Amino acid sequence: MAKITYIEFDGTEHTVDVRNGLSVMEGAIKNNVPGIDADCGGACACATCHVYVDDAWRDKIDKASAMEESMLDFAQGVEPNSRLSCQIRVTDALSGLIVRLPQDQH
Amino acid sequence: MSRNRIVIVGAGHAGGSAAALLRQYGHVGPITLIGDEPYLPYQRPPLSKAWLKGEAGEEALQLRPSEFYDTQSIVVRRGAVAAAIDRIAKTVVLSDGDTLPYDTLILATGARARSLPAPGADLEGVHALRTADDAEALKAHLIAGHRLIVVGGGYVGLEVAASARALGVEVTVIEREPRLLARVAGEALSGFFHAYHGARGVRFVLGGAVTAIEGADGRAAAVILDHGERLPCDTVLVGVGAIPNQELAAQAGLACQDGVVVNLAARTEDPAIYAIGDVTRRPLPLYDRSFRLESVPNALEQAKQAACDITGRPPPAPETPWFWSDQYDLKLQIAGLPFDVDHRVVRGDPSSGQFAVFHMKGDRIQAVEAVNSPAEFMGGRLLIGAGRPVSREKLADPAISMKEVAA
Repeated sequence: MAKITYIEFDGTEHTVDVRNGLSVMEGAIKNNVPGIDADCGGACACATCHVYVDDAWRDKIDKASAMEESMLDFAQGVEPNSRLSCQIRVTDALSGLIVRLPQDQH
Repeated sequence: MSRNRIVIVGAGHAGGSAAALLRQYGHVGPITLIGDEPYLPYQRPPLSKAWLKGEAGEEALQLRPSEFYDTQSIVVRRGAVAAAIDRIAKTVVLSDGDTLPYDTLILATGARARSLPAPGADLEGVHALRTADDAEALKAHLIAGHRLIVVGGGYVGLEVAASARALGVEVTVIEREPRLLARVAGEALSGFFHAYHGARGVRFVLGGAVTAIEGADGRAAAVILDHGERLPCDTVLVGVGAIPNQELAAQAGLACQDGVVVNLAARTEDPAIYAIGDVTRRPLPLYDRSFRLESVPNALEQAKQAACDITGRPPPAPETPWFWSDQYDLKLQIAGLPFDVDHRVVRGDPSSGQFAVFHMKGDRIQAVEAVNSPAEFMGGRLLIGAGRPVSREKLADPAISMKEVAA
C-alpha cells in the first residue's frame, strides 16, 4: 500500500491509498481522480495517462521502457520527468509519491 | 438543469465512462445506468487478450471499483433490459415493466456479435466473444492439445488465436476473404500477421466459406467448408463482425443507418437523447463523412462529447480515430482511417517485426498501421490530426526519426 498524491493542473490535490501491484494510473481511475484518461486501460498504447513525477521521486521509480519513451516523445508538454502512469507499479517504497497532471491528455 | 435526471441505457465502456465523466464535470442530478449484463461496467479489450490467457483478474477488468458507484451516487441497474423509449412522456420502459423517467437519455447499447449464417451455428461448443460470460465460456475450452477453429480472420479472431496458441491450443483460422483483416487493414499488414501467426503454429484457410458446423452428441465436432473440406474440432469461435444494437432507437423513431445517427455532440435528432459508442454512426470531420467506429477510444470520445454538451462545457477537441491490438509480443497501433488512399509508404522492414505502413492521399497521411513502432503511431496520429503534408521520402527512411518527419 502506498499513499500517492495526484495534483491536478489547477492545483487540486488528491491523496489516496493505492494497493501494491496496481499502477499509478489505476490508482487514479479507481479513486476518480480527474485528469488521467487512460483510454487504453493500461496497455501502453495511447499516452493519455501522462504525469510529471515529483523530482524527489524520479530515481526511485524504474526507468521507462523504450516503448514508453517513444510514446512520451510525442505527448503534449513532455518534460524530463514525464512518465506514463500505467507503467509505474505501486509498491510500499512509493508511499508518499507525488505526481502532477498535465492540463490535457489529448 | 442541475436536477436533470440522466438515464444511460447500456453499461459498457461508453455508458460507464459517460456516467463517471458527468460526475467529474459537475453534474449533480440523478444518474441511472441500465445494463443487461449482471456486472458493473468492465473493459472488453482484455477479454480476447490478457484475460483469456489468465494474466488479468476480474478486478483488473472493472472500469471502476464497485464503491465508486455508491460514492458518486450512480444507480446501476444490472441485468435490466430496456424494452422501449417513450419520447413524448420521456420515459424508458424496462422489460420487467418498470418505467424510468428521464430529462436526458444516453443510448450506449453497443453492438452484438454477428452470428454465422450456417446450419449448426447454434450447437454447443460454438462461441462468440463479446461479453465477460462469452469469454468465460470460451476460456474453459482453451486447453492444451484441443482443436480450436476460428471463423473470421479479423482482430477478435486473431487475438484469440494468439492467446489460444499461448495456452497450447491447436488453432485453425478460416477467412472468407483471400486475406486476413481484409475489412480493416492494408495488404502489407495482412501478409505480416499471416506469416507471424503461421510461424507460431496457426493454420489458415483463406478464401474459404463455412457451409455448416457438424455436431456429435449435440456438440460442434467439425466445420465443413464450401469446397468440401471437413475440419474436425473441439471448439469453434465465430468472429465475423458486429451488428449495432440500434433497435431501441429505431423503434423510438430515431434515424438509424447502420448505427444511430448522431452529431459531433453525440446528440441524436431528439435534443434530449444522445447516443455514444459502437451503436452510433458519427461524423468524422477529418474525413468529411460519417462512419460507425467500433473501438474503446471512440466510445470514450463520444462519452466526453455527450458529457460536455449535457453539462454545458465547451466541446472536447476532435480526436483522430485510433485502435490497438496485442498479439503475441506484437503491439499494433492504428491511427486514422484509410479512406481515399492513392498510395502507401512502408517504413521499416516487416520481416523484422517492427514497421509501419502509412496510407497516403497525395502528401497527407490518412492512416498509419504501426507494429511495435510507437513513434510512428504517435507521429502519424499527430500529422493526421493536423492534416499537415509530409515528405514521402523522409517517411520511407527509418534513419530519419519520426520527430524530424513530423517537425
